[in-house]
Amino acid sequence: MLTMLGEGFLVTLQIFFLTLIGSLPLGIVVALGRMSRFKPLALIVRFYISVMRGTPLMLQMFAIYFAPYYVFGIELTTDSKFNATIIAFIINYAAYFAEIYRSGIQSIPKGQYEAAEVLGYSRLQTFGKIVLPQVVKRILPAMGNEIITLVKDTSLAFAIGVAEMFSTAKALVASQVSMVPFVIAAVFYWVFNFVVEVVLNRVEKKLDYYHD
Amino acid sequence: MSDTNPIVRMAHVKKSFGEVEVLKDISLEVYPGEVVAVIGPSGGGKSTLLRCATLLETFDAGELSYGDLQVAHTEGGKAVYGAKDVIKQAKSRFGLVFQNYNLFPHYTVLKNIMDAPVSVQKRDKAEVERQARELIAKMGLEGNEGKVPCELSGGQQQRVSIARALCMNPEIVFFDEPTSALDPELTGEVLKVIKQLATEHMTMVVVTHEMQFARDVADRIVFMDGGVIVEEGPADQVINHPQHKRTQDFLARYENN
Repeated sequence: MLTMLGEGFLVTLQIFFLTLIGSLPLGIVVALGRMSRFKPLALIVRFYISVMRGTPLMLQMFAIYFAPYYVFGIELTTDSKFNATIIAFIINYAAYFAEIYRSGIQSIPKGQYEAAEVLGYSRLQTFGKIVLPQVVKRILPAMGNEIITLVKDTSLAFAIGVAEMFSTAKALVASQVSMVPFVIAAVFYWVFNFVVEVVLNRVEKKLDYYHD
Repeated sequence: MSDTNPIVRMAHVKKSFGEVEVLKDISLEVYPGEVVAVIGPSGGGKSTLLRCATLLETFDAGELSYGDLQVAHTEGGKAVYGAKDVIKQAKSRFGLVFQNYNLFPHYTVLKNIMDAPVSVQKRDKAEVERQARELIAKMGLEGNEGKVPCELSGGQQQRVSIARALCMNPEIVFFDEPTSALDPELTGEVLKVIKQLATEHMTMVVVTHEMQFARDVADRIVFMDGGVIVEEGPADQVINHPQHKRTQDFLARYENN
């Protein structure tokens, strides 16, 4: 039983890390688009964020899973379930992260931009060297919330039949007529999130060397 | 001094924020080695003038040049700014010290001073570090190289920001009320540093409310009120024998305080 749950857990880990690797940088791009002075772009991005936050992630997963078949007539395979899950998670979480990034970016005082401008930093340098590092420190608690939610949200992949840990637990519960697999799965999630908390605390401590 | 070319030249500069005309036909030239103090009541346009000179604001009409480099000129009554590379060149010629320091809080003192020369001017890191350490010593900040701004007093932070401006090797440094955010006991240490720079003939424009400092350090004082330069002249003359009533009233209020 533990081996099966462990295998499911590996898939859970994959969903978690692939989602973060995709959505953390994508969120920055989305946030910048949302704040763009080019109004049409800002509007489109606003609409995208609204849809991502306003509809269930599970529904988005299904939409992305079935879209290739209904739109292009492409045959669906087992791989496409996993791929659809990852894509849905990335674009969904990028929307949430974008709003957190935006709150952080807008909280940086104007004087920082002006100092950078007078010293001749390019816009890219100003953002990368001056703004973003300060944003990371400011948004860390809010990001922590989302990342912890993500750990638990991975179980939604169960809905389209990806064999992550929750799906495995559910199958074991049915075959063994016992609630124990659910309990063990719960412990797995909790311990996982405990580790996430420890890592977040460490990063927070590391950035504690200054305040503004 | 008029046989040499001015380091910065502003001519007939006009600037409005909406309906409010903040600068009404301002002309100002600063020559090499000169220290100019800009005084006047709040809202008189002093800071806006500095922000226009340092390209943080664009003006509506007028001319601006740094040495032979024309940054903005007027065409059909409207200011036209030069291309990107002109702006970039201009920025390498001046430094600006802010009222609120605006140091980068996540960088150490040394990195605050070194980063722009290295990553903007692409200068050799070792050479920049040597200069930065000299400036730190000159500013009386030895031992603080590895500290971050929040560990320093306001006076120390402002001295770091002066060092940061100087490390870019500017031809002129603008100061926007450099001591206005400081407690009186910290004001002295910043003014002392600026005084020292004046004795080394660093070209400077200082917007200040410190009248005694202006009189002691500046070669020339410019009194601004209501968006115009009301009076300008040698420091001693403007402070001790002001010609215009507005200047007299302003200085009298200072003495009463």
